[in-house]
Amino acid sequence: MVQLVFYVFATILVGSAAMVISARNPVHSVLFLILAFFNAAGLFLVAGAEFLAMILVIVYVGAVAVLFLFVVMMLDIDFTKMREGLQRYAPIGGVVGCILFVELVMAGLHWGMSPVMPAPITGGLGQPGGAATNTGALGNLIYTHYILLFQLCGLVLLVAMIGAITLTLRDRPMGRRQIISRQHERKRADTLEMMNLPLGQGTDANGGFIRPNDSYYVTAVPGSYGVPAAEKREPGEGDAE
Amino acid sequence: MADFFFHTLAGQLILMVLETLAVLVPLLIGVAYLTLMERKVMAAMQLRRGPNVNGIFGLLQAFADAIKMITKETIIPAGANRFLFLFAPFLTFSLAMTAWAVIPTGNGLAVANINVGILYLLAISSLGVYGMLIAGWASNSKYAFLGSLRSAAQMVSYEVSIGLVIVSVLLAVGSLNLNDIVLAQRHVWFCVPMFPMFILFFISALAETNRAPFDLPEGESELVAGFFVEYSSLSFGLFFLGEYANMILMSGMVSILFLGGWLPPLGIAPLTWIPGPLWLIAKILFCLFVFIWTRATFPRFRYDQLMRLGWKVFLPFSLLWMIATAGFLLATGLLPQGVS
Repeated sequence: MVQLVFYVFATILVGSAAMVISARNPVHSVLFLILAFFNAAGLFLVAGAEFLAMILVIVYVGAVAVLFLFVVMMLDIDFTKMREGLQRYAPIGGVVGCILFVELVMAGLHWGMSPVMPAPITGGLGQPGGAATNTGALGNLIYTHYILLFQLCGLVLLVAMIGAITLTLRDRPMGRRQIISRQHERKRADTLEMMNLPLGQGTDANGGFIRPNDSYYVTAVPGSYGVPAAEKREPGEGDAE
Repeated sequence: MADFFFHTLAGQLILMVLETLAVLVPLLIGVAYLTLMERKVMAAMQLRRGPNVNGIFGLLQAFADAIKMITKETIIPAGANRFLFLFAPFLTFSLAMTAWAVIPTGNGLAVANINVGILYLLAISSLGVYGMLIAGWASNSKYAFLGSLRSAAQMVSYEVSIGLVIVSVLLAVGSLNLNDIVLAQRHVWFCVPMFPMFILFFISALAETNRAPFDLPEGESELVAGFFVEYSSLSFGLFFLGEYANMILMSGMVSILFLGGWLPPLGIAPLTWIPGPLWLIAKILFCLFVFIWTRATFPRFRYDQLMRLGWKVFLPFSLLWMIATAGFLLATGLLPQGVS
């Protein structure tokens, strides 16, 4: 039974992985990649690594692949150009593929467990509250024995994140920015004026509306937005009323 | 008889199917009446009557809607990706159903009482974004595409704060099992010591289910109907069902994480006579009422306000709270040990 489940997951995994590189439409490729991730999670479940399975789905399927899909959907891909490139890069790609394949085979032939490694901790999906769950074992390993390495990994990711933000963050001079605290500080007296007018008579005043003294929007370049009302008003605009 | 059900493969399969039906049938009926509840509650809040023609109090309205939806024509727009266009609503619907497998309705009463239940819920809810993304892309329409892009950004952003809120709850529980999470609230519900997180989780749940005031993916004033603008008939119905089932699921998560799941408010005699599933249903109904109440009360957020709230307010606050919780538990020696 377990073997059958394993082969179902493994077949779909390999099949969808092949489709990732052979599908013509890049969006289909990403969707097949997601299917591959999902089946890999299934394989983890079969192996009893339930925590890894769930984390794989949450992190890779739920976040990373969403961004992939995002980018690929936004790309404007010219298929004829891609096919031209195929013939040019095929030899290099073939060589790289061959090297990787040979390395994989070599690694597979010499695979072995280190003698100092402790016995694998297993806890299946069907045993809630077992002796040592996956989560507990992994937590113990990562946060107790390899805390420094774990923190360093986090640091590397942080650097990458800061780099990405620095590359994309720019202050557009015309961009409006909302300062919520200033909006909250705004009182009724700042903007509204109660008027007692006799029936049937209008007023030359601003209709009860006072333009706020300082703007509630600021920009990176001062003065590009939120110029005082008096300066901004076109000549003739106010006269018509 | 019991021997057949628990010890043979066929018996276990039959039992599994029965258990699944015992969850799904009430869920689907619940979804049908949730639509009615929404219309009735909003009508009451806006001093209207709401549906009152079909059946007493409009009780048959949900079925009338369902029959109308099924009998309409399925329209597939020109240039749409046929397979993905029809696949997306099925994905949304089946994911919304799948998540219910781990929700415990009583002590140990879940279809699958797994060790990593809360992670399973998080994983399934993070998959929900694909239904919308695929729908938006496959329908070959700019409104649908814009709606799906918005929903993807929104769901990914709010999942971060939901994850951190869950981590601070888990710190106090010491287990990822949903059953253990509820049992850890025997003495006090987590909404009392973690009240800010309760509110934060609820708001994130609103954003996660694309409900008002965060219903930007389907903001009808700008995007007509957002990602399902091209859908009609049964495929639209499946989206609709999936969305409402997700609302019930999120309410269930709020109940389990913060409102003590199936536990009564106090462990004293008249309250303990009511069976656990009824308590859970009552709490879910309360959360759903607040969902609808919110929709009737607040105007829609602007997109940049939504992102600001998610990343600049919720994320730092939940991170801080998580560290504070861990520090407090460690300092007072209350950190659960050896539970998992």
